[in-house]
Amino acid sequence: MQELNTKIEARGLNFYYGSVQALKNINIHIKERQITALIGPSGCGKSTFLRALNRTNELIPHTRTEGSVMLDGEEIYRPGLDVVGLRQRVGMVFQRPNPFPKSIYENVAFGPKVLGIYSRREIEEKVEKSLKAAALWSEVADRLHTSALNLTLGQQQRLCIARVLAVEPEVILMDEPCSALDPIATLKIEELMQELKKRYTIVIVTHNMQQAARTSDWAGFFLLGELLEYGPTADLFTRPKDKRTENYVTGRYG
Amino acid sequence: MKRKLSSKIKERVVEGILLLSALSSILITLSIVFILFYEALGFFKDVSLGEFLTGRQWTPLFAQPKFGILPLVSGTLLVTGIAVLVALPVGLIVAVYLSEYAPHKVREIAKPILELLAAVPTVVYGYFALLFLTPILQNFIPQLSGFNALSPGIIMGVMIIPYVSSVSEDAMKAVPMHIREGSYATGATKFQTAFKVVIPSAFSGIAAAFIIGISRAIGETMVVAIAAGMMPNLTLNPIEPIQTLTAYIVGVSLGDVPHGTIEYKTIFAAGITLFFMTLFLNILGFWFRKRIREVY
Repeated sequence: MQELNTKIEARGLNFYYGSVQALKNINIHIKERQITALIGPSGCGKSTFLRALNRTNELIPHTRTEGSVMLDGEEIYRPGLDVVGLRQRVGMVFQRPNPFPKSIYENVAFGPKVLGIYSRREIEEKVEKSLKAAALWSEVADRLHTSALNLTLGQQQRLCIARVLAVEPEVILMDEPCSALDPIATLKIEELMQELKKRYTIVIVTHNMQQAARTSDWAGFFLLGELLEYGPTADLFTRPKDKRTENYVTGRYG
Repeated sequence: MKRKLSSKIKERVVEGILLLSALSSILITLSIVFILFYEALGFFKDVSLGEFLTGRQWTPLFAQPKFGILPLVSGTLLVTGIAVLVALPVGLIVAVYLSEYAPHKVREIAKPILELLAAVPTVVYGYFALLFLTPILQNFIPQLSGFNALSPGIIMGVMIIPYVSSVSEDAMKAVPMHIREGSYATGATKFQTAFKVVIPSAFSGIAAAFIIGISRAIGETMVVAIAAGMMPNLTLNPIEPIQTLTAYIVGVSLGDVPHGTIEYKTIFAAGITLFFMTLFLNILGFWFRKRIREVY
């Protein structure tokens, strides 16, 4: 197996909501073009950590970040960094599908348009390419200009993935992307992740242990704001080093 | 058993009182509409509908009266148009600022102050337009007459800013956070998120706010009665004196008009015209709300 590049590295990352510390000294290397799953009980900080990677945490008032996160070796918390540019490189898919109340086409075209692409042909190409990459094209090609809200939840979530793909990010963060979906729609997203892995680095937060085991190459276990254990998924699930990890992955936690 | 019966009667009585109160507002509305139509019908026995709708002069108090409503309609539309040009853009920008940009503390202070604008008596606005704004405007536009459509139009625009901004802001606040996050996650700026995602998502609410503002402008009376001059004038030139439908109604009602005369009936003819204009807007607003209802 060839040496994997580190795409994202966090060093000594702390995060506070007011006076409550939600992340405690997180150190992690996230590998390029791999799927990294973050697991742990609710409130353990895994979603907070995910949102620290594209600085969406700071949209919440009264929060504070300490420490360092490097994307391709470049500090993303340095003063003066172009946050908008960062979010174009590190896209995000949310727990609840959140299409804009616009047409399917307009949803995907949104990203390219805010990037300042005005050529109609170029936008159309990007829309088609992104919808194909999100495995949604065949289902919506004949109704691109109808409202995105008429799609099923599973289709809406793939549309949100297409919307992120349209700005050609390098990393895709997924915050429990399947928790609102039925098993068939979930399976489709998981298949899609395997396809996307060839080109993108994916970090996924999930409550679903099987999903983490099935889909990811690397897994991290969060507990009470700390990253207790991190390593190849197979190791974490079959040979956990920490007793608490073992309890959690075998369903004996709590 | 007896207790139960008496409490049942009590329930009935309460229900009856509530029903009556609800019915009374409907009854009052219906009787207003009825009287309006009844008196207006009397007017149309003397004046043909064709003359009323197409006549270019409105001089009901002259020895040779003319009953063309167009000058009053044009006056109303002119002032309303000016007010709308002021209120809609400013109101929308204020709403965007309060909803998307303002820190919590600023919003807490700014919103009540803004809503205070709506609490100023309109007569104050009227004199403000006549005695303060018109002289200032005359520095820039020397031909501006002392009474004109421009000055009360602008003041009316300021007056209805809080109606537009308050309802628009509520509509934007109702757009869920996760929709904004979706926009940020594709690398949109705050400005792009506000104007390309939040405003379109809140469109039906904003349209309703605009229509409330426009209805308010059409029905506004005091400001125009004071500062626009009392001159029915078929023009769309904002620097001339004009008269609106509402100002005409006030003017005639204040004068000595005997009941049952044609002059008296003109009040209702003007009133019913106003009624149809605002009714049209209300239907438009209703249609907007029904047609573009977002489901987040």
